Amino acid sequence: MGQGRSKEIGKLSDEYAKNVGICEFDPEDLKSLQISSGQNVRVTTNHGTVVVKAALSTQAPHRGLIFMPYGPWTSMICDPETHQTGMPSLKGIEAEVTAAPEERILTLRELVAYISGGK
Amino acid sequence: MVEKTIQDAVCTFCGCCCDNLEVKIKDEKIVSVRNSCAISMSKFLNYDRERLSTPMERKNGGFEEIKFEDAIEKTASILANAKYPILYGWSLTSCEAIEIGVELAELVGGVIDNTTTTCHGPSIIGVHDIGESSCTLGEVRHRADLVVYWGCNPVHAHPLHMSRYSVQSKGRFRKGRKDRKLVVVDVRKTDTAKQADHFIQVAPNQDYELLSALRTAVKMGEIEQDSIAGVPVETVEEIAELMINCEFGIIFYGLGLTMSAGKSRNIDAALSLVRELNNKTKFLIMPMRGHFNVTGANQVTAWQTGYPFAVDFSKGYPRYNPGDTSAVDILARGECDAALVVASDPVSNFPIAASRHLSRVPLVTIDPHVTPTTLASDIVIPSSFVGIERPGTVYRMDGVVLLTRKLVEPPKGVKSDEDILSAILRRTTELKGVA
Amino acid sequence: MNELQLRNGTVFDPLNRISGERMDLAIRDGTIAEAVSSKAMVIDASGMIVMPGGVDIHSHIAGSKVNSGRILRPEDHEKDVEERTSITRAGVGYSIPSTFTTGYRYARMGYTSVVEPATPPLKTRHTHEELNQIPIIDKACFPLFGNNWFVMEYLKEGKLEECAAYIAWMLKATKGYAIKIVDPGGVEAWGWGRYLKRLDDEVPHFAITPREILRGLCKINKLLGMPHAIHVHTNNLGNPGNYLTTIETMDCVANLASSGKPIIHITHVQFTGLTGNSWLNVGSGAPEIADYVNKHDHVTVDPGQVIFGDTTTMTADGPFQFLLHKLSGNKWVNVDVEGETGAGIVPFRYRRSNYVNAVQWGIGLELMLLVKNPWKIYLTTDHPNGGPFTSYPKVVTWLMSKGARGRVLAKINKNARRRLDLPGIDREYTFEEVAIVTRAGTSKSLGLSQKGHLGIGADADVAVYNIDANSVDPSRDYEVVRKALAKAAYTIKNGKIVAKDGEVVATPIGTTYWVDPKVSNDLMQQTTTSLSAKFEDYYTVRMANYPVEESYLKSPTRIEVLAEV
Repeated sequence: MGQGRSKEIGKLSDEYAKNVGICEFDPEDLKSLQISSGQNVRVTTNHGTVVVKAALSTQAPHRGLIFMPYGPWTSMICDPETHQTGMPSLKGIEAEVTAAPEERILTLRELVAYISGGK
Repeated sequence: MVEKTIQDAVCTFCGCCCDNLEVKIKDEKIVSVRNSCAISMSKFLNYDRERLSTPMERKNGGFEEIKFEDAIEKTASILANAKYPILYGWSLTSCEAIEIGVELAELVGGVIDNTTTTCHGPSIIGVHDIGESSCTLGEVRHRADLVVYWGCNPVHAHPLHMSRYSVQSKGRFRKGRKDRKLVVVDVRKTDTAKQADHFIQVAPNQDYELLSALRTAVKMGEIEQDSIAGVPVETVEEIAELMINCEFGIIFYGLGLTMSAGKSRNIDAALSLVRELNNKTKFLIMPMRGHFNVTGANQVTAWQTGYPFAVDFSKGYPRYNPGDTSAVDILARGECDAALVVASDPVSNFPIAASRHLSRVPLVTIDPHVTPTTLASDIVIPSSFVGIERPGTVYRMDGVVLLTRKLVEPPKGVKSDEDILSAILRRTTELKGVA
Repeated sequence: MNELQLRNGTVFDPLNRISGERMDLAIRDGTIAEAVSSKAMVIDASGMIVMPGGVDIHSHIAGSKVNSGRILRPEDHEKDVEERTSITRAGVGYSIPSTFTTGYRYARMGYTSVVEPATPPLKTRHTHEELNQIPIIDKACFPLFGNNWFVMEYLKEGKLEECAAYIAWMLKATKGYAIKIVDPGGVEAWGWGRYLKRLDDEVPHFAITPREILRGLCKINKLLGMPHAIHVHTNNLGNPGNYLTTIETMDCVANLASSGKPIIHITHVQFTGLTGNSWLNVGSGAPEIADYVNKHDHVTVDPGQVIFGDTTTMTADGPFQFLLHKLSGNKWVNVDVEGETGAGIVPFRYRRSNYVNAVQWGIGLELMLLVKNPWKIYLTTDHPNGGPFTSYPKVVTWLMSKGARGRVLAKINKNARRRLDLPGIDREYTFEEVAIVTRAGTSKSLGLSQKGHLGIGADADVAVYNIDANSVDPSRDYEVVRKALAKAAYTIKNGKIVAKDGEVVATPIGTTYWVDPKVSNDLMQQTTTSLSAKFEDYYTVRMANYPVEESYLKSPTRIEVLAEV
């Protein structure tokens, strides 16, 4: 709901980054990874890596599964392979998560600059 | 102070297209909305923020204001000279605008694709194979005693769906929640699942197996495993019984099915299950379309070209082959040489391999807001909002069609998608040297 | 001042009793004129046949189920494409052509008006969006009423006049042309996955029967002064023995007839013209049905002729379409529409070698040949259910030539051939009769007084075919006839040449006709009050958002009729 509400406020807003530049964890997973909610984490897949903020899932249990709202931060790490359907692979991707308390979350403008190669 | 209230306004957020909104306007500004969900209200009250106000061209690492006529000229030039342009977006604008978009794509021999391609494209591909037993939403409200939400979370994404159309609604033959059963299938216990009579937690990427098992159970076949996709076989059989014994059942499904492994094969399985159930009872299925006019984009494109998305005109006639003619594939392979994006933000949502190429080719974006796509564009043209500043036809997720209204004036100088696209079409036609 | 003169053509204008007369035709400002000035453009029509432009009374070309069909079947389009030209838009065929292609292909055959015969009222805005984008031809659409909740309730309560006012309100809201009825009561039963077989079966929860629905709507049709009869797709479609349902349906309103004017039209009779009691022994009910039609003036029919080959079935008859899916194993789309109707789509291939398909092919032709009065029957394939409309020229050759029929008969399933009466029928249609069943008769049935004829003041919709009526014997030279009808030498629309030798040369927008019955103010007031009290109970859209504005139609023509209530 927060994703939708803040999207309508504007994608460059802080609200949007707070609601979308996140990664939801099952509380048990956070404990075993020794990451606290609100801390920055780095998520890496075969296709890319991105830093987002860890958040506590309100829709647990889902051990071993993390949820990231579809948007600019997930586009950094999802799989362009569409398997002849046109649809890239956006769910069920294997990912590695590490605590990244020293690292910064890219702002939307920085993400865009990265994507467009400093156009 | 001029105050007016507009009744029966149509919401332009999601595929629910609620049409009973009451909008209060004071001095040409929307001040309150009744009968809407929270996201809709946010849209109506905040749509004016981060607004683009003038056409702009990228120059020297930044953006400079240009005149509308110049923006049109440069856009027409880009499209007329491109060998294989892609025209993408379309789901957040009116049918009237989309019609012009198809004509433009045909004129320049390019590809027209809409957001279906990263949303319910697999659903449509499944329909090509199996067909689809479906209905308008009122049928669910009146008759459904079993509602299944599979791989979707309406509490968050289609907030009024349950109260207007399904389990919490009041119909002719079902008076309310107690007359209906709710089953939710998801990889996690969503807020929608919390309201379910039965929540089935399916293992990630194993929806296909679960759907197939249900189909076996419905056909009275024997399932040999103890559990399928993390679900005990007893539960599978219990759900199958619920489905067979209901009077009118429906599966609403979302991106949990279209986006996870299997994609269109998942939809095949779901459509086949429902088709099979029609031998025993009345059963239907409907995709939860996200954007308020993505269904309209499919409809317009289909009646004009024969195909619902990913249409390629490079040979002078429509061709369709998702995987070859679809936006993400074309971009990821670096095949197009220009792009026009209308009312969409692919740079936010496409895998980076695709969005990178998109930002590298000459890119024109028509949008009301500043977005990552506009930030990556070469030409940006501001547009007005359908259903707020400009009337326009839209299609609800079930194919019911509504005419949205104009509620307030757009900012000075900001034109509608229709007017912008008409101007581009005119000039591009001239440049291409045809009558 | 746009003037055109067609010189020396062989004219067939049955409504004005002209049958093969060599004469000149004058056209000015879009209508047939007495004479033209020397500045007129002249077309030499010597050695050619001139007829009014074709008027197709029943062809599924636009709307929700048609588009669902397009989406269902990309494979239907891949083999049949139209490239963009400087005059025409790109598009696709085959059995469900895209909108632009539909207009062009009709125009190439010399057709100038087409009716979309079944639109769900709730989604009729969609139908008009598509009709707006079908170039050249004039159009109309028939909204569906036979399973409508308000209609069933009004009729059950005996509120005939209020129901009539409701229908008038609906025609205005949908910009519709006539009352269409598909499987009355049966599609509401299908809302529960159930079936209705007989005219006196009760609709679940509504306690009304198909017979009562048919009679009620037939009475209302007269009360409203509607130009066309009620247009009916009967119950029990696709079941062996259903020819009896057809006769029963025609008969159930017989005592409502007066003045010899048709009050019921039964469409695509081939689908409801089966004798027998199982698929193994179906036969043709055409002789019995034709006999009834010959003896009664209150009915008209059309065959829905089968064409061998691949096509797509699509109707509002949801229950039948599910049965067809089960029979054929083909993919199936179903869309039930709240409080109103339904729809179903199933691809289908009619095979010569298949006993049942061959019998079906025979039924349509037997009907066309056994109904004696050509004013009572119209040429249709129920496009695309029997076959694509581009097959019409082929059907004409089967009507005009026993030899052409014989060629096909020789190749069909031999048991079917033995079973049918068709081999023994000698009748061959004349050009005049062809003109009646494809244009004069259909316009008359629709009540479009300015169409389907070439009298002074008529719309200048004209077809010129390259057939020399003096030297061509249609019985023998049917290939010549077929080729000429497939590619009109000239198609003229409102006095403008739109096609020449089968190529589209202009793409004006045709008009969309709709009927607006004028009901008394008090009655309409009463009806809209009771309607608004219930509207949002029945629908998921607001009453204010339901009607289609006239401005929504690109080029509307309103036909006002005076109701008796």
